[in-house]
Amino acid sequence: MAEASAPSAQKRGNIFKTLELDTRLLGMIGAFIVVCIVFNVLTDGRFLTPRNIFNLTIQTVSVAIMATGMVFVIVTRHIDLSVGSLLATCSAMMAITQTQLLPNMGLDFGHPLIAPVAIVVGLLTGAVIGAFQGWLIGYLTIPAFIVTLGGLLVWRNVAWYLTTGQTIGPLDETYQLFGGIGGTLGVTGSWVLGLIAVIAACIGIWNARRARIAYDFPVKPMWAEGVLMVIAAVLILGFVAVLNAYEVPSRVLARAFEARGETMPEGYTEGYGVPYSVLLLIAVAIVMTIVANRTRLGRYIFATGGNPDAAELSGINTRLLTVKVFAIMGVLCALAGMVASARLSFHSNDIGTLDELRVIAAAVIGGTALSGGMGTIYGAILGALIMQSLQSGMAMVGVDAPFQNIVVGAVLVVAVLVDIIYRKRTGGK
Amino acid sequence: MVDRSGTPLVEMRNISISFGGIQAVSDVSVDLFPGEVVGLLGHNGAGKSTLIKCLSGAYRQDKGDIYVNGDKVDIPTPRHARDLNIETIYQTLALADNLDAASNLFLGRELTTPMGFVDDAGMEAATRKIMGRLNPNFKKFDAPVSALSGGQRQSVAIARAVYFEAKILIMDEPTAALGPQETQMVAELIQELKREGLGIFLIDHDVHQVKELCDRAAVMKNGELVGIVNVDEVSTDDLLAMIIAGKTPEHLAA
Repeated sequence: MAEASAPSAQKRGNIFKTLELDTRLLGMIGAFIVVCIVFNVLTDGRFLTPRNIFNLTIQTVSVAIMATGMVFVIVTRHIDLSVGSLLATCSAMMAITQTQLLPNMGLDFGHPLIAPVAIVVGLLTGAVIGAFQGWLIGYLTIPAFIVTLGGLLVWRNVAWYLTTGQTIGPLDETYQLFGGIGGTLGVTGSWVLGLIAVIAACIGIWNARRARIAYDFPVKPMWAEGVLMVIAAVLILGFVAVLNAYEVPSRVLARAFEARGETMPEGYTEGYGVPYSVLLLIAVAIVMTIVANRTRLGRYIFATGGNPDAAELSGINTRLLTVKVFAIMGVLCALAGMVASARLSFHSNDIGTLDELRVIAAAVIGGTALSGGMGTIYGAILGALIMQSLQSGMAMVGVDAPFQNIVVGAVLVVAVLVDIIYRKRTGGK
Repeated sequence: MVDRSGTPLVEMRNISISFGGIQAVSDVSVDLFPGEVVGLLGHNGAGKSTLIKCLSGAYRQDKGDIYVNGDKVDIPTPRHARDLNIETIYQTLALADNLDAASNLFLGRELTTPMGFVDDAGMEAATRKIMGRLNPNFKKFDAPVSALSGGQRQSVAIARAVYFEAKILIMDEPTAALGPQETQMVAELIQELKREGLGIFLIDHDVHQVKELCDRAAVMKNGELVGIVNVDEVSTDDLLAMIIAGKTPEHLAA
């Protein structure tokens, strides 16, 4: 389906085939591990500390959220150059709503309704602008490149106009919970979440097997399913353990106790756990993956990318589909804008600048083919993580800023070259 | 022999369509009865495909009417055609290369689970069942169709029509990309569908193939209908004369 490779039941050669793991995914994970180890050596072990991994994940969230939507855009043979600017407009709308509009309407600062209303306004802004761009592309048949190139300028400056170029902040405290370090699940909550995730993963693997047995399709041997479940459990719980190991600095804790009028016990520690923003990214990834693989919408997105004429002749409304795809992209830009501005704790005029390049690069490094019809959500997220690791790793090593950008640009080109060679070797297109 | 006493399955009356001043089809009328194969013959650009695309919903005629089972119908989109049980197998093989056979077979009409999600396992099972009947050698159910041979791809397209119980089948050069053995397979399939009472429009270049597979042949030249003949009453030379010179054979002209 959406995945590029699907090993057949007849030839079960090596262990990867038996486990039915995507070799492209394994390659990307391998590349990611190499990047991590190299930087860890170069920084004398500072790269793979809980603190840095925590920061890496919250820095990745904003771009990764948008990259999942960019997969759909590129799969349908379009492109969206306006995501960074659209993020800025959505962020500006949310900032204005919570600091000016709602307080003027009588909601005091800190009112519990401020954050949800502001977020809804932002999501609507993103959906409407995205759908409008999709309408220009789908119904008026203006190329997506042109529409979103125009959008790159238009929405950046709409944001400027709305805020008169000012930095708006501080943002609502509840809203700031989505920023990363300001809002985490805590140690216990994270373990509970991790256990739920492990159980869900095992049930998912088991149900997929049962469905295949019900129709008498060939299935993997039992031990292979078991191995997959163990791998899933180790990855999920390992991730939770690392984020839990990053401890809240003692002076921050002491201040929290003071605020409650208590004194902090001697030797008291607390881990951060899973940030809400990462939770949001996981939720987005799950929903987008389900849309891609399990819904008609996703099926039509991939069919249209594979052969637009065939999709149209099959009775698929490809114009409306374009509107939907860009509307989804707009909503995701708003979510990314929420995370980005909450992380800064204010809206700034240059928020999201050059994000369009990072987002497209993440999707493409993650195996989304610009010729359309191929791409995965998890690949795009992994792509975003690899890009962010490179960037912050080089910053930690002390590489000069111009060289950082040169390396990131070169990596993008090389990644696509490797992808082309991989596809030729495996007989794909 | 085909029984032509009842209501025709399809009647296209006085169809005209032009593109930017070029008259692609002018005032053409053809009909099709149940259990009948009507061949559409003509050079490239004679207007065969354009005419038939009015029936499949890809184009809309400027003038003229289409009747299905005696009722006048309007077919603005391919979806409307499907609702009338009209299925089309295109020359260019309208398959999404990146999807597997089951996804292509059900494209636009996916089976869904009670939750509203696409039922991949159910669709694969149905595909395995129907392919077992049409093309028992077909095994590549989980590969994208780009990995299939021309004949296998064609059988996916035909399976799509059969599964959804088409009453009217349009085949645009179904054997153009196939080897001799696969052509034979498609020919047998056409005979089978005919016995089941489907009406088939077969667009083809090959006069011999039309004489072998069809009951009647409608010949077009420069967008106009030269004539409709029973293939048993004409020779291949007669058909060629109709295609090239645009004249009806003398023994039928009267």
